[in-house]
Amino acid sequence: MLHDLSLDVRAGELLGLLGPSGSGKTTLLRIIAGLDAPDRGRILFGGDDATGLPVQQRAVGFVFQHYALFKHMTVADNIAYGLNARRRAERPARAEIKRRVGDLLDLIRLSGFGDRYPSQLSGGQRQRVALARALAVEPRVLLLDEPFGALDAQVRKDLRRWLREIHDRTGQTTIFVTHDQDEALELSDRVAVLDKGRLEQVGTPDEVQENPVSATVLKFLGDSVEVEAIAEGGRVSVRGRETPVAAPAGLLGPVKLYVRPWQLQLVEPEAAHLAGTVRSSYRSQGRQRIEVEEPGGHILAVEDFDGVRYAAGHPVGLRINGGYVFG
Amino acid sequence: MSEIFSPVRVAEARPAPVTGEGAGVRGALIVIAITFLALFLVLPLGAVFVQAFAHGVGAYLDAFKEPDALSAIRLTLTVAAIAVPFNLVFGVAASWAIAKFEFPGKAFLITLIDLPFSVSPVVSGLIYVLLFGSRGLFGGWLQEHNIQILFALPGIVLATIFVTFPFVARELIPLMQEQGSSEEEAALTLGASGWHAFRTVTLPNIRWGLLYSVLLCNARAMGEFGAVSVVSGHIRGLTNTMPLHVEILYNEYNFVAAFAVASLLAALALVTLVVKSVLEWRYAGELAAGRKH
Repeated sequence: MLHDLSLDVRAGELLGLLGPSGSGKTTLLRIIAGLDAPDRGRILFGGDDATGLPVQQRAVGFVFQHYALFKHMTVADNIAYGLNARRRAERPARAEIKRRVGDLLDLIRLSGFGDRYPSQLSGGQRQRVALARALAVEPRVLLLDEPFGALDAQVRKDLRRWLREIHDRTGQTTIFVTHDQDEALELSDRVAVLDKGRLEQVGTPDEVQENPVSATVLKFLGDSVEVEAIAEGGRVSVRGRETPVAAPAGLLGPVKLYVRPWQLQLVEPEAAHLAGTVRSSYRSQGRQRIEVEEPGGHILAVEDFDGVRYAAGHPVGLRINGGYVFG
Repeated sequence: MSEIFSPVRVAEARPAPVTGEGAGVRGALIVIAITFLALFLVLPLGAVFVQAFAHGVGAYLDAFKEPDALSAIRLTLTVAAIAVPFNLVFGVAASWAIAKFEFPGKAFLITLIDLPFSVSPVVSGLIYVLLFGSRGLFGGWLQEHNIQILFALPGIVLATIFVTFPFVARELIPLMQEQGSSEEEAALTLGASGWHAFRTVTLPNIRWGLLYSVLLCNARAMGEFGAVSVVSGHIRGLTNTMPLHVEILYNEYNFVAAFAVASLLAALALVTLVVKSVLEWRYAGELAAGRKH
């Protein structure tokens, strides 16, 4: 599942592990937690080698996609579980546990819900309880496995913002797994993109979007169209016309140019790199998406301001204002 | 305005559900089912109690004053008291292993657990005769060391355990599989030891299924006839369990005593049934669906 990879997580950061399903991101998270064992390699926390440590001693907080709350316990007992599970000598006094549970209930904005059972809560509330339960043991690192995966769109959005707030307030080192690019780009300090068990790129959301290291990363971070191009003299040209895209040094000959929909512009045929006819278009949130069919049948997606509307069959020219090539 | 929407008489126009049969067929099916139940289940059960009290309460109670009857009751309770906890531990361990881990031979183990259900109880008893009988595999060795297994308590307990061991495991495996292991994993990441997680998370999650299966296991352990009959040797006052004692009394034409002891077994069955129904009604969601015995 996972190939050799090395990932440094900085203290206090919120790191998003992003990848399509089956990319190994959950496996990586479980290996960090100690729930799965790696065939080889090491897990270091700070300077300490945690590879041989059983899950109980790793001091991680793990939040599961489907909450995994203890159904037969109240919300307060769920949150206090980790503290109550400690050996008598290390267990805080009962009053202290109660106080910590109260603080955490305030933090997750569920004060007064302590006596309820998980079945009486909504999905978003359950996931907040799961987070409080994980935070209660003051973990060295908080691990979230698709934490919003089972929630509907609106709750997801609220919880994202709220998780970011909690992180900013507690400074807790956090790794979360997601297959949702928007979620990773919005929440993370840094994003680690995984594909087929390989770590493709690690960087801030801006870095991975502006300088994706591979076509895989580029494709996974959003829509793109592939255009046949030629690299010569440090420039990339399409159909004999130069584009603003610079070719990496040493790259010569036919290359694949990846263009985002918003890097294409509808223009008069004389100034165009590409030409075709409008196939369909739709408007959404002040923008319009136009599908253009090239003579060969190749479909190009263009994103533009919601200005002039074109009927299907209308001939158009497309100018390439930017794009990515990989050596 | 409201006249435009002329009321549609939905109730009258409602089409019959496709699976619904005519009133005649429905009635006939219900009558057949009830008659069948009355003839083959309620009537015999009632007959047991009628026969038991045929000569009055005094005669009924006299049946339990006999030393042989008392010893049969004691033996049955002893056997159940050993066999049921044994199967409880085995059942929980097997279900845990099967539901939470992947290991080679898992499918084979599941099949093996079902074996006692598919084998005739007489054969189950004979297995132990073949193993521990005087001409059996270990017979000579046991005789040399003066260890009595057949025609004694150990043999009866072994046969009972064999016959009743699927009950707990078969109830718990689907239940535990359905629940998955993420709650246990959550407990472990929170610092709980394996045993602590089992006690505080797994056990509460399976408690009703466990109670339910232990009841069934107990009812079968006390009522088992075939396998026990083969290994017991029918020594009065020593190796006769209640079902065997009933048979002996019956063969001696001592009907009142036979049915009196039988009524105890019947009462046990009824109590089991009632508690089982209450559990099913109250905790249906927490019992494994679709695998009711």
